[in-house]
Order: sequence, then structure tokens, then C-alpha cells
Amino acid sequence: MSNKTSAAVIAPPKAPKPGFTQRHSVFILMAPFVFLFTLFIVIPVVVAVLLSFTYFNTIQFPTFVGLDNYVTLFTQDSVFMQYVLPNTLLFSVVVGVGGYILSFFMAWSLAQISKRPRTILAIILYSPSMTSGVMMSAIWSVLFSADKSGYLNYILLELGVIELPINWPATQQYLMPIMILVSLWSSMGVGFLAMLAGVLNVNRELYEAAHIDGVKNRFQEILYVTVPSCRPQMLFGAVMAIVNTFQNGSIGVQLSGSNPTPNYAGQLMVTHIEDFGFIRYEMGYAAAVSVVLLVIVYGISVLAKKLFADKDEE
Amino acid sequence: MSAPQTAAAPAAGKKSRKRRRRLKNVIGIDPKRFDRSQLKFYAYLIPIGVITGLPILLIFLNAFKPMDELFAYPPRFFITNPTLDNFRQLFAVSANTTVPASRYLFNSILSTFLVVVLTLVITISAAYCLSKKRFKMKKLIFTANTLALMFVPVAVSIPRYFIMVNTGMIDNYLAHIVPLLAMPVGLFLVKQFMDQIPDSLIEAAQIDGASDFLIVRKIITPMVAPALSTVTILAFQSSWNGVEASQMYINNESLKNFAFYMSTLASGTGNAVAGQGISAAATLIMFLPNLILFIILQSRVMNSMAHSGIK
Repeated sequence: MSNKTSAAVIAPPKAPKPGFTQRHSVFILMAPFVFLFTLFIVIPVVVAVLLSFTYFNTIQFPTFVGLDNYVTLFTQDSVFMQYVLPNTLLFSVVVGVGGYILSFFMAWSLAQISKRPRTILAIILYSPSMTSGVMMSAIWSVLFSADKSGYLNYILLELGVIELPINWPATQQYLMPIMILVSLWSSMGVGFLAMLAGVLNVNRELYEAAHIDGVKNRFQEILYVTVPSCRPQMLFGAVMAIVNTFQNGSIGVQLSGSNPTPNYAGQLMVTHIEDFGFIRYEMGYAAAVSVVLLVIVYGISVLAKKLFADKDEE
Repeated sequence: MSAPQTAAAPAAGKKSRKRRRRLKNVIGIDPKRFDRSQLKFYAYLIPIGVITGLPILLIFLNAFKPMDELFAYPPRFFITNPTLDNFRQLFAVSANTTVPASRYLFNSILSTFLVVVLTLVITISAAYCLSKKRFKMKKLIFTANTLALMFVPVAVSIPRYFIMVNTGMIDNYLAHIVPLLAMPVGLFLVKQFMDQIPDSLIEAAQIDGASDFLIVRKIITPMVAPALSTVTILAFQSSWNGVEASQMYINNESLKNFAFYMSTLASGTGNAVAGQGISAAATLIMFLPNLILFIILQSRVMNSMAHSGIK
């Protein structure tokens, strides 16, 4: 409509007298996102922070307790200090950092082979990340099932490594390795795809120039050409890896089928929150744990940004 | 070291051409065809691919295994007598209960469709404003969104529940849809991708009198199609695989989705033995749409990213 009028009436850039929707187009286009973003992301975070300063059992109105929850968390919650925090640290370093490096390495390797096999392999590597939550536990419970007809038990029994079938996810010392294994298996998600596209789109001339400048091997090539050139994708991949790691936090519960996990072996921050929030109904305390979790995620992401900023300057 | 060589290059054209050819062999990124030098990559890519793919293959195989093969000892990976019994049972068993499996499936399909469409519309309009318009809160919104990339929804499931209660979305079909619509990752991706579109293109359209709505629809949307494919995949997964709404916000059984139904099968209430087969069939029904959608869109994402000349 305005298309015709303005084109017919004037040539200069600014069309006169746009209609109401025209004048407020930014507001109209922006409003739905901002509204939903505020409602489901900003407000929940603010409420979580506020709740973390209260005692709240969902029945009575929250009572203000100041920093008590945080003090309790860091001084008296022995489960948190003894199991949850070390577990989370181990899990996030191995799955987050390890999974990230693995993703990049696989993306880089895939970029070295021709298109058809690359596409097939990329689909295979990506597909586990589609099996979130319910599907994941369904698949892995078959592989790790407790009786001797479970695949892992069967293989190990045949090989004579073990003598009796083991209930893998329910055993304290095996739960964490299994969680890590399953998470690594499903860690090649969107970040992996972004990095793959990034590596493929690096300007070939940069490599030629680098070789003329004396880059000798593949490793130097990665360090001086690939990584700096796909820095945006690398950073995106890093943030995705961090978020996925913490998002996957209830994997221990899904695999072992109980919260708390056997002897707290697979207890992570997220499961600790669910334990206090939805099982013991100590919402204020659970909120404090949530806030600590959000701060940790944020801190690591800032660190990742710093890391890539430095790389760029090299 | 580079200086003498660049000086020598024009003098000895033949030599530099040879050098270039050698460099082409060294630089292996995105090769056109198979070459022996790629074997070392295949040497580890194929084993890793096989290990990664086996559990996925198991989803397919188990869904078609008859009961005796599912519980066979020693466990058999491949099928000898493929059957559709598991699927028949899935729909037969649930037909007798109050809510048939087809109802869960319908809920999943409808809500996922709406989530994908609405997310795309909301994301692209917001991304356009953040990328190409100037307004007061722009910087704040984008910073907030970038921060929200690190947002972990499960961490704030408690306040989210209170919001659902206060907006009257408990036991409401909207509970499947509305909480998923604002997707920071999606906005971030589309916005970043859109930044590569030259401003002059949009200015030209504005001079021709196109409104922002028209620009978004006719110019922006086709140009950011690859990024939109990614958003489609993400929105699809968050909705189709999501159990949060059914678990926490919806008590009415007939409004819950298929992912939730599957999780009740996996936990094996009642007939645990028959449950295995039904659960395997349900897993395949859950997984297959994810895979198909990804295969369709992935080739498109990769294709358009490789061929689009946007710098």
C-alpha cells in the first residue's frame, strides 16, 4: 500500500506521513520477543534471586532470611560441598571442555574430507544430540541394563573381565563415568555444526598466505589460521557447550532412576536444585543454589570470551 | 621470509605456479574429491562415526524386534524376524486406556508446529530490529539476549512455575507453546547472520517505499534462510522432545504430549516386559521426526552457507 503511494509521489529517501503501524514498526516487531523474554527469562531470574534470600516452603508466604541460604550452602550443606560441587566441577570440565575440543576437532577433521562422506558423518555425529532426555535414558538403559542380557554386561562377561553382571548406573563408582560417556556422546550439537560451517568457510587464500609465511604443519595451521578465522563460531560453540553441560545436569537422575543418585555419586547442581525444590519443597534454598549455578555458568562464559579475545590478538 | 619470495614470484612464474599446486595439496579444507591423503582422517572418523551411530542404530533395530529377541540371551544386536508388533501394541494398549497414544501424538504435532512457526516469526522480526534498526533500548536488549544464551531454564523452574500459575496457563494448551517462544539462541544466530546483509540493500528498499514489514517478509527472510533452518531445528527439538510442560504445568492427561507419554513407558509402570517393546517403538516415533527434519534442513544449511556470497 505505502509502497505504491510513496514510490509514485516522491523520489527522496524519506516518505512523508507513514501510517501508525509504519511509525511504530520497530515496537511492533520487537514487542512479542521482549514480552516473552521478560516473562520467561528475566522475571524468573529476578524471582530466583529474590527467593534465594527467603525461607519458602510453598505453603506459607516467603519469609526474609537474608544471606542464610547462601551461608548454609557453603558452610553446612555437606552434600553440596562434598559431592555436588566436586561432581559438577569434574563433569563440566570433562564434558564441557572435553566435549568442546572434541566437537572442534571433529568439525575440523570433517572439513578435510569430501562432501558426501562429510555430510553422512556429520549427520551421524549430530544425531545423538537429538536424543535428549527421555530417549537418552531409553537407549542407554538397554545398553547398561543390570542383568546379563545387557550389552555391556554380556560383552564383559564373555571376555571374562567381570564375573557377575553389574547394575552399572546404580553403582556408585560407575555412574559418573557413564554420565560423562553419554554426555560426550551427545555433545556434538549446534555448536559443532556452527564450527563445521565456520571451518569450511575459511578463506582458502589465508591458508596459502600462511604457508608462504612459514606455517609448516596442520597444527600450526589450526592455531594461526583456522581458529582465528572462525572465532565467532568457536565462541558460539563454547557458549553452547557450557550451556549444554549444565542443561544436561539431570542426566545422572535419568540414568540411575533416583534422586538423590546412589550415594550422591552423580549429583550435580541441577539435581541438587530439583532435590530441594521439588522433593523437599525448600524453595528458598533451591533458589539460592540456582543463583549460584547461574553465576557459575556466567563466569565460565566470560572466561571463554576472554580466551577467544586473546587468541584473536595473537 | 615472505619478502624475498614475493619478490621472486613474478620473476619465476612457472615456479610459483608449481608452488601453488603443491600448496593446494597441502591445504585440504573442503576437498572436491577423494584423495589418498584423506585416508588418515577416515582412519579415525569412521570408527568414531560407527561408535556414535551404534546406539542410534539400536533405536531402529529394537523397535522392530519381536519380544523374544528383545530379551534374548545372549543379546542380539541385529534382528532375525522383524515385526511391527511393537507399534501395534503401542496403539492397542493405549486404545484401552482413557487417553490413546494417538491423542498424545496429536498434541505433540500441533504444539510443535505452532512453536516452530511462531518462534520463526518472533525471532526474525526481533532480529531485524536488532540488526538493522536504531532505537533506544537496542543495545540493552541485545546484551540481555547474549547474557541469556547462558540461561539454563531448569535452574529457574520454580519461578517459572509461579509465572505459569499467575498467567493462568496451568492445564492450558498454551503451556506447551508460550514458554518456548522466546529463544535467545535463535535470535542471536539470526541477528548475527543478518548483520552480514549490506545495509545498502535495505536502504534501497526503503527508498523504494517498502515498509519494515515488507522488508522483513520479502528481503530479509529469504536471505537469512540458512539461519532460519537452524532455528527451525532448535525450536522443533525443544518442543517435540520437551516434557517440562506436561510434567509440571499440565495435569489433564489428554493435554499432555508424546514425549511425556514415552517417559511414562520408559519408567515401566505395570507390565514391564511388554513395556520394553512398546517403549522401543515409541522411542523410534520420537526420534524419527528429529532425524528427518535435520537431514532435510542440514543439507540446506550447509549448502546455503557454502554458496551464499554474503560476506
